Amino acid sequence: MSRDWPLWEVFVRSRRGLSHIHAGSVHAPDAQMALRNARDLYTRRQEGVSIWVVPSSAITAVSPDEKDPYFASAAGKAYRHPTFYDIPSEVRNL
Amino acid sequence: MESGLQAGFERLLAADQRIEPRDWMPEAYRATLIRQIAQHAHSEIIGMQPEGNWITRAPSLRRKAILIAKVQDEAGHGLYLYSACETLGVDRADLLELLHSGQQKYSSIFNYPTLTWADVGAIGWLVDGAAITNQVALCRCSYGPYARAMVRICKEESFHQRQGYELLSTLAQGTPAQRAMAQDAVDRWWWPSLMMFGPPDDASPHSAQSMAWRIKRHSNDELRQKFVDITVPQAAAAGLTLPDSQLRWNEERGHYDIGPIDWAEFKRVIKGGGPCNRQRMDRRVGAHEEGSWVREAAAAYAAKHRPDGARQGGVAA
Repeated sequence: MSRDWPLWEVFVRSRRGLSHIHAGSVHAPDAQMALRNARDLYTRRQEGVSIWVVPSSAITAVSPDEKDPYFASAAGKAYRHPTFYDIPSEVRNL
Repeated sequence: MESGLQAGFERLLAADQRIEPRDWMPEAYRATLIRQIAQHAHSEIIGMQPEGNWITRAPSLRRKAILIAKVQDEAGHGLYLYSACETLGVDRADLLELLHSGQQKYSSIFNYPTLTWADVGAIGWLVDGAAITNQVALCRCSYGPYARAMVRICKEESFHQRQGYELLSTLAQGTPAQRAMAQDAVDRWWWPSLMMFGPPDDASPHSAQSMAWRIKRHSNDELRQKFVDITVPQAAAAGLTLPDSQLRWNEERGHYDIGPIDWAEFKRVIKGGGPCNRQRMDRRVGAHEEGSWVREAAAAYAAKHRPDGARQGGVAA
């Protein structure tokens, strides 16, 4: 076999209460081996309590060419943030 | 179109933002990164050999467990880096092929032999120390996946350097024979470690472009100086001598001056004339070929157990 095993993206939950975060990728022939390889590679120092592996080919991402227009509609909407509003300083708990 | 993309790329660099895998980037930037990251990954993989050589002969269970963990880390570092390199659109199989056929290099430091147990200490302290100095700078590299791999690697390298220093100081405080062994290892590894930073700035043709692209943040000579300044007091504390009669503090510069580096030796080792070039490559290619049945078996098992195995074959069953 000259070519690589499929590529999997690895997501690690570092401790309970936190989300899984992308750690990197591994090659593996199947999902179970991908999990084992990911454990050996990304959690050698107890960095994780849970691992997800996802075939890299299954990820759909925003195209970099349309990145700016894609997120443009959120720009200029400062009124979505609490700091946009003037509140008298004597008003508490707001 | 291209000039607009180029301008966008330059804007990100100027703002000290990171370039991410799917961003447009100049082909030369991509090619430089592929070459550098691959060479870095190959170095980690080949770097397992000099120390792996001593696992079965470690003098205590404690030292053996430490050495196994360290060599396993080197494998891990190689894999983080191959993973980062693949985000630039290359396949791992191709990178390995380029290493095995000699078209891509690895750090020439690993072409020196580990003759005694003290060499394990000297590698940890000096070779990993030099590597850390380089790699800390690369944590701010403009290419996101490379910088992220470096952050993870630097965290782990710190253990490598400390175990090496501890090992060597222990020997330096031992019997006269142990002391002599420690000093001999330092004598052999000091100069090759200084060469790890690459040629002097005036003989390093690609440095300026890499600095402009913010792949590199400091010049070879700056990093080498930094390593020397850090290491000289460490040697003194361990009671070891660095093999350079011209090494002395320069009050005016606020740095240590060193004697001339033998760049002819550096070039000879890079070109394949080091003591172990042949042995390292034979071992690497041999390990890859001898492991092929494992890769094939795992792939066959996966194909057999794939729920949609029939469709994977391209024929609807």
